[in-house]
Amino acid sequence: MAKKMQNLVFYILIIFFSFSLGAKQIVLGSNNNSQEEIQEALIDLEPGDVLTLEAGEYFFEDGLSLDVDDVIFEGSGIDDTILNFENQISGAQGLLITSNGVTIRDFAILDAKGDAIKVIGAEGIDMVRLRTEWTGGPKETNGAYGFYPVESKDVLIDGCVAIGASDAGIYVGQSQNIIVKNSVAQYNVAGIEIENSFYADVFDNLASHNTGGILIFDLPDLPQQGGHHVRVFRNKAINNDTDNFAPEGNIVGEVPRGTGIIIQANSDVEVFDNDIYGNGTVNLSIVTYGYETDDENYNPHPKSIQIHGNRFGDGGFDPDLATGELAAILFELSKGDMPDIFWDGILPTNQILFGQPVEERLLITDNGDATFLTINPIKYILPFFDPVERDIAEYAGVIRPLAEVVLN
Amino acid sequence: MQKVLLLLLTSIVITSLHAIDNNIILQEKFPKKLSEFSFFKDTHAQIPSDGVIPYELISSLFSDYSYKQRWVYVPEGKKANFIKDEVFDFPIGSALIKTFYYPIDERDETLGKRLMETRLLLRKNDGWDAVSYAWNETQDEAFIKKAGKTILNEWIDFNGENRSVRYRVPNKNQCKECHAKNDLVTPIGPKARNLDKVFNYPDESINQLTKWMKVEYIDKIDVKLNTPVDWEDEHVSLDARVKSYLDINCGHCHSSTGGANSTGLYLDLTENRPTHRGIFKKPVATGRGSGGHQYSISPGNSEESILLYRMISIDPGVMMPESGRSLSHNEAIDMIREWIDKMEI
Repeated sequence: MAKKMQNLVFYILIIFFSFSLGAKQIVLGSNNNSQEEIQEALIDLEPGDVLTLEAGEYFFEDGLSLDVDDVIFEGSGIDDTILNFENQISGAQGLLITSNGVTIRDFAILDAKGDAIKVIGAEGIDMVRLRTEWTGGPKETNGAYGFYPVESKDVLIDGCVAIGASDAGIYVGQSQNIIVKNSVAQYNVAGIEIENSFYADVFDNLASHNTGGILIFDLPDLPQQGGHHVRVFRNKAINNDTDNFAPEGNIVGEVPRGTGIIIQANSDVEVFDNDIYGNGTVNLSIVTYGYETDDENYNPHPKSIQIHGNRFGDGGFDPDLATGELAAILFELSKGDMPDIFWDGILPTNQILFGQPVEERLLITDNGDATFLTINPIKYILPFFDPVERDIAEYAGVIRPLAEVVLN
Repeated sequence: MQKVLLLLLTSIVITSLHAIDNNIILQEKFPKKLSEFSFFKDTHAQIPSDGVIPYELISSLFSDYSYKQRWVYVPEGKKANFIKDEVFDFPIGSALIKTFYYPIDERDETLGKRLMETRLLLRKNDGWDAVSYAWNETQDEAFIKKAGKTILNEWIDFNGENRSVRYRVPNKNQCKECHAKNDLVTPIGPKARNLDKVFNYPDESINQLTKWMKVEYIDKIDVKLNTPVDWEDEHVSLDARVKSYLDINCGHCHSSTGGANSTGLYLDLTENRPTHRGIFKKPVATGRGSGGHQYSISPGNSEESILLYRMISIDPGVMMPESGRSLSHNEAIDMIREWIDKMEI
C-alpha cells in the first residue's frame, strides 16, 4: 500500500513538473476582440503549448496565422467551435500555418475569402476533425481550397469535412508522406486532389457530389513534380454530380461533372477496394497531361497504374459535354456507350513504336463487370481503322502492391 | 570642481541618452515602446540618433500609397558584408528601421504627416527578428503590436482628392510572409544594387554605397552591380521599369527561395526563363485568383493576364501581394498594362 502510494505521488509529481516545465494550455472564448486575442495567443505560444477555443462562433476580419513549432490549436468540436470569415477584409486565407509539428483539430472554418487552411513548408502537420465550408453552396466566388498543405512532409488529414471549395476541398500539393483518411469532401469542384506529391495513402473517404471525386495529378514547371506512389483505397467516389464551377484557367476547370477518379501524369498509383458509381461522365479515367510544355524534366504520361478489386456501379449516363474535352471525346469514341474505366492510350513516341516496359503497363484486374475503353494510338493515326479498344482482359495481371505510407 | 563634475556627469547622461543600447536589440523580448531603442534623438520628429543613417531604395514596395523613411544601424566597429544580388550580411546587433506615414496633404509637406507604424528588423544572435510598433494618436510614441492593428487614415493626394485607407499594421507572422527566405526572416530592400543612388544627407549629397563605405558600415565594393532602374523614371525603358517594379514588389516571395516558390512564378530580377517569368504560364493552385484567365501573362493581351488581374483586385482572396495592400496601385497597373499589351508573341 505504501509502495502504491509512493508511486502515485511520484506520478503526480511527474505530471506536475511536465506541465510546469513549459507546456501550458490557454483557453479562449468568443468576444469582440477575438481577432486580436487569438492572433496574439497564436504568436505567443511556445512549443508544447495548447491553445483551446471554447464552443462558440468567432468572427474575423483578417486571416489568422501560426508560426510556432510543436503546438496544438484546437476547438471544442467540428460543429461547436466556428471560425467565421464571412466579414474577412484582408488575408489570403482563413488560417495559415508555416511551422512544424503542429496539430489542429475540432473546429470549423467558414466562408474564408481565399483558401480556408493553408500549410506551407511544414514538417509534420496533423489536421484532425476539422471542417472547411463555404456556406452559400457551390459558387465560383468561393475560396479555392479547403485544406491546402503544400511543400510539406508528414501530412495527416483525418476525420475532416470539406464543402464548397471552388478548386479542391482537400488539396495536397508538392508534398511527401501523406495520409488522407476518414474524411468527407462534398460540393467542391475536386473532392480530394493529390498533386505533384510523393507517397500518399488516401483511404476510407467519401467523395460525393463534387464535380470530380478524387484527382491524382501532376503538373509541369514546378519545384516538385513527377508525382508517384499514391494508394487510393476503400473510398467511396460516388454520385459526383455538381456542375464544374471552377474559375477558368485552373486545371480542375477541365474536369467534367460526373467524374469519379482521375489519374493524370502520375506514376505508381494503386486504386483498389473502392466503391465507384453514380458518376455521370466516367467512373475512372487515366489520362495524359493535355497541354504543351517545354519543361524537359516533366513526364506528361501516367505509368505503372494498377486498378484492382474495385466495385463499379452505374456511370457515364449523363456525360458533361460542355466542360473540357474529355467527356466529348469519350462520348464520340464510345458512340454513347460510355465505359467505367477510360485510358486515353497516349504513350511516349518511343513506346508506341517499341512497346511499353512491362512494369510501366496499366494493370486492370478483378473489378467485377467494369467496362473499359482505350484508344490505340497507331490505329488512331491511320485511316480506316477504328482506334477504340474495349477488351479489359488484356490489362489483367499480377498486382505489385505499393507500400503503406508511414508518417514520421 | 563640483560644478565641473556635475557638468561632466550631465554630459555623460545626455550622451548615453542618445546612444543605442545594443542589448535591447539583442534581447529576446521586445520592449513595449519604440523609444526604448533610442534610435531617435527626437522620436516624434524622427530625428535619428548618431550612428543611425537614413537610406532610400531605388524602387520600393507599394504599401497603400504610404510614404516610408528608412534607417540603418550597424554597431560600432562592425561591418556588413557585401554579397552580390543579395541583401548585405549585416553583423549581429544591426537594425533596419522603417517608418510608414501619410502626409496630411501630398501637395504641401509643411502641413505635416501622420505616422502609422515603425517596423524593425533586428539582427539578433540567431538571426533576424521582425516586429512592428504602431504610433499612438498623439504621435509621440509607438507601441508594440504583435497581433497587428488596423488604422483608418485619410489624406489629400497630389490631385487634391480626398483619399482613405484601412491601413493594416502587420502581425509578427505577416512580417515573415514577405520576409522569409528559405524559411528564415530576411531583409528585402538593402541589397547593394538597390542602394546604388545618390542620397541627400544633411551634410552632403553622395551615393549611398559611398556613404556606407565612408562611415565604415561596409568595405569597398569593386564588383559591377545589377543596379535596377527607378520604376517611376520614364526616361528608361518600359521593360527595365517593369522588371524593377516586379522585383521589389513580388520577387521576394516569387523566387525559387521565397514563400511563393511552389507557384513556379518567379519575378525576381535574376530570373530569365520565360515560363517562370509568367509568359504563357498556366496557373497552378490559383483558384479564383485566375479570374478566368489562362496565363499569368498573355503577351499582347493584358486583360487576359492573371498577373494584372491580381494587381488590380482588392479582394483578399484574389489580390497580390496577399498582404500589405488594400488599395490598387493605379500608376503601376497602367505601366504593367502597357507593357503586356506591347509585348510581342
